Amino acid sequence: MFEMPSGAEIQSIISILKGGAAYFVPEIYLSALFMVLIVVDLITWRKNSRFLATVTIAGLLGSLYFIYKQQPLPDSEFFFGMYALDRFGIFFKYFFVASGILAVLTTMIDKPLNKQESGMGEYYALLVAMVVGMMMMASSTDMLMMFLAMELVSLSAYAMTGYLKREIRSSEAALKYLVYGAVSSGMLLYGFSLIYGMTGQTNISKIAMLLAVHGYNPLVMILAVLLIVAGFGYKMGAVPFHFWSPDVYEGAPTPVTAYLSVGSKAAGFAMLMRFFYVAVPHELTGGISFLQVDWLWILMLISAASMIYGNVVAIWQKNVKRLLAYSSIAHAGYLLLGIITMDQLGTQATLVYLAAYLLMNYGAFYVVIIIANRTGSENLEDYRGLGKRMPLAGAALTVFLISLVGLPPTFGFIGKLMIFSALLSKGSLFMWLALIGILTSVISLYYYMLIPLNMYLRESENPDDSVIETGMGAKIVTAALMIATLYFGLFFQPIVNYAKYSSAIFGALLN
Amino acid sequence: MLSLIVFLPIIAGLVILVVPASQKQIIRIVSLVAALAQGVLAVLIWRQYDPTMAGIVAAPGGSPVGSFQLIERIPWITLDLGSFGPLTIEYFLGVDGLSITMVLLTALISIIGILSSWPIQKQVKGYFILFNLLSTAMMGCFVALDFFLFYVFWELMLLPMYFLIGIWGGPNREYAAIKFFLYTLFGSVFMLLVMIGLYFSVVDPLTGHHTFSLVAMADQANYVKGTILGPGSEQWRYIAFAVLFVGFAIKVPMFPFHTWLPDAHVEAPTPISVILAGVLLKLGTYGMMRINFPLFPEVFQAGMYVIGVFGAINIIYGAFCALAQQDLKKMVAYSSISHMGYVLLGLAAGNSEGMLGALYQMFNHGTITAMLFLLVGVIYDRAHSRQIDKFGGLASYMPVYAGVVTIAWFASLGLPGLSGFISEAFVFVGAFREPITRPIAMVSVLGIVFGAAYLLWSLQRMFLGKRKPDALYELEVDSHGHEHIHFHDWKGKLDLDARELTMLVPLAIIIIALGIYPMPVMGLLTTSINKLVQVLAPVAISAVH
Repeated sequence: MFEMPSGAEIQSIISILKGGAAYFVPEIYLSALFMVLIVVDLITWRKNSRFLATVTIAGLLGSLYFIYKQQPLPDSEFFFGMYALDRFGIFFKYFFVASGILAVLTTMIDKPLNKQESGMGEYYALLVAMVVGMMMMASSTDMLMMFLAMELVSLSAYAMTGYLKREIRSSEAALKYLVYGAVSSGMLLYGFSLIYGMTGQTNISKIAMLLAVHGYNPLVMILAVLLIVAGFGYKMGAVPFHFWSPDVYEGAPTPVTAYLSVGSKAAGFAMLMRFFYVAVPHELTGGISFLQVDWLWILMLISAASMIYGNVVAIWQKNVKRLLAYSSIAHAGYLLLGIITMDQLGTQATLVYLAAYLLMNYGAFYVVIIIANRTGSENLEDYRGLGKRMPLAGAALTVFLISLVGLPPTFGFIGKLMIFSALLSKGSLFMWLALIGILTSVISLYYYMLIPLNMYLRESENPDDSVIETGMGAKIVTAALMIATLYFGLFFQPIVNYAKYSSAIFGALLN
Repeated sequence: MLSLIVFLPIIAGLVILVVPASQKQIIRIVSLVAALAQGVLAVLIWRQYDPTMAGIVAAPGGSPVGSFQLIERIPWITLDLGSFGPLTIEYFLGVDGLSITMVLLTALISIIGILSSWPIQKQVKGYFILFNLLSTAMMGCFVALDFFLFYVFWELMLLPMYFLIGIWGGPNREYAAIKFFLYTLFGSVFMLLVMIGLYFSVVDPLTGHHTFSLVAMADQANYVKGTILGPGSEQWRYIAFAVLFVGFAIKVPMFPFHTWLPDAHVEAPTPISVILAGVLLKLGTYGMMRINFPLFPEVFQAGMYVIGVFGAINIIYGAFCALAQQDLKKMVAYSSISHMGYVLLGLAAGNSEGMLGALYQMFNHGTITAMLFLLVGVIYDRAHSRQIDKFGGLASYMPVYAGVVTIAWFASLGLPGLSGFISEAFVFVGAFREPITRPIAMVSVLGIVFGAAYLLWSLQRMFLGKRKPDALYELEVDSHGHEHIHFHDWKGKLDLDARELTMLVPLAIIIIALGIYPMPVMGLLTTSINKLVQVLAPVAISAVH
């Protein structure tokens, strides 16, 4: 059944791989960085978390150069159609490197992680591995590759979640994450196998072609789509696949929480878009097909449920990390709105929203870490009176939260504006979703404002009024994130245009 | 020039940011200077303004900026949205008769607001930064002619207001602040959807692209057939109108969306009440006149009766509630609801008299209510209470105060010779002229009676007669037989002091002067109002549809 390939065949395979490698430079580079970090950790003998962080940031910054060099290359598939190099992937490469850098920056100021006696070598290595995995999630064009990339991300994430070994919450979170992750991976794989069974192909464009030519059994297809959505939904943290997220977000070290809530969520979205746009195309038989309506409906329901559930449940949270966890469920719902429209404007809107989410969510978590370092707590009550004692951090957190609500003049508003524009450009078709989105964002105002409410409107019982020093580096990062959130709220042209450019590859597939 | 008047306060805010928090006096003076400069600019704008130019909408085939004045128009954001063509958002400012009155009012009230903020001692730096931010947002709202820009300014008001009530407010401030925030946000998020819908429905005739320009949107010829809010989409146009109307009505506030207002007023510190009643409420009715009505004139025609009924409910219900209040500030707050009802009634009439009265009433209510809240603040500062029943006989001990109160109270109840009378008279003339609003107007007249009732009754209880047995001040008779009073821990002057007079006297002069000779303000707005009425007229609408 399986024959040894002849020498000539092996030669040709190697040359194809070599040719493909030229398109794979950032990933190779980051894999090398991963190994360098482990070696550096061994050489410098554990007393080195700051040095390691610097190396990681420098390394990640270096990868930007290689991604930049990829930009002029033509869109192409390589490695036997396993992997693609295109604008969409490049957008996400930039995105994941940025989220990786921010993850390092948040880690640098986090006290519990830096007090970890076993050192931070593996942590930074895993962080880089996750960046590679997420890049691969966004660029894979083959179901096998998608699954592998997702597992790479998941495995790194499990380890990072449990990185505070002495902390029970952290280990518990890691275990929960692992169990849920294993189940959803299984479901995803099952869904993939059904599609493979129908088409005999793993490459998503070939699947699309075969489905279009030979047709399919709708029942099997729906089952497959459901299973696949479950797998992706887990990564995106959307209802009803969200159960892991509040516990994991609360238990994980805060920098990891931020990283998961932005990075791996975005990777889930990238993969969802590529898979559904390409493999399960919009118009199979001209007009709206039975199948197409069906998976869109699934996504619509998931989106509506995420917005409602995430925003409503967040109201009763007393822990800021948990509150942000529920809000991140809600944001998954908003992000899905852009995909549901199945057009270029929607895709563009999703990308813009992701970019805004990167800034504002990281900003919020960054300040949460700063505060937790001083007060040792993430409880809402312990935020009382902090506005006066930490002027910059308080103001910045307010800006990030306002941006998360989606009020101008912040970047978050632009994200919402784009998403709702995409919905309304379809006329009244998606009006009900737009209404849910709008109403739930009013709800979200209430719980987001609980944080400034405690910081500014309530006095702490402890009469200490002194200003808390947060350190120069932390101040610069906070201010930079705040200014970026405001700046892009007023001058969003470059990002929105770049998102349009990046979403153009689906042009033919979307309407 | 308009940019300068809008952004002056923010510049002051940035200056304050670098002033150390301990330098309270410098912070106050910087804010005052900015507000005064704003006032000077407002006067310059007023002198420069040509009242014969109408604004409101661009003439067909004419300049895209219409007959607006002091135009500032530069492209702000240009995006390529694929199949929808380029999206352009403009930085587009300009004034016409509607906005110039509000610009003058805002500049005036801002100065008053800063002056009355002088005694604030808690976190002075933060207070004035937020105040200046609020001031910029208000001014920006009134001069923005791009819907997107308007929306940004509109939302920008919420956060400073939330903190100003929430940090510097009374005991129940948390509740009042979040209630204000949620109510207004609830209204404005729907406005966002309508704004997007309008964007997809309107095409700028010159460029052929979709646009956010309110000037273009005001011309029904620019709506594209088959779009969500274009001609033929009756149902959605009605919904959009209703949604926008509710969004603005929350700000007015119109019954039944008014409940945030008494809470906000009672908790807010005096200057914030002044700003809130003086300027913020007008944004609601201004929004109706600038956006809601001209963009959907045929729905406005259909909805006039309903708007009038809500106006009447506001007038009567507000007056009844005011009558029942024990707290003086709450009474004034409900009187605001009642008086904003006149504005709604005037708008509902839809003719020149009614609209003119409505806009003039907005200006007058701004000045009169500012005065009322300042006066409430005066007594609250001294007695730490606003219970109407806990005084009595104040007129003999605080004669100046009682005199100013009398002017303000009578202005509020619409005494002829004071400015409120003229605007209310115009509103009623307008409402009586239209058969559709005539019955509503007849009922609403009762509001004037109830208005007189609560105002006179409170005047009587607080200022006339003798000291109440449980009054909040002590009465002493000295050896010469003269009576003196003092408030429990009040160290300042018993009667109005210089700062209070500086705020109150100009307002009183304006109220009296505009009551005798209203033309300085009314002359500004007649051309624009006539144009607006023309845009809203059924004839003009049927020509397009």
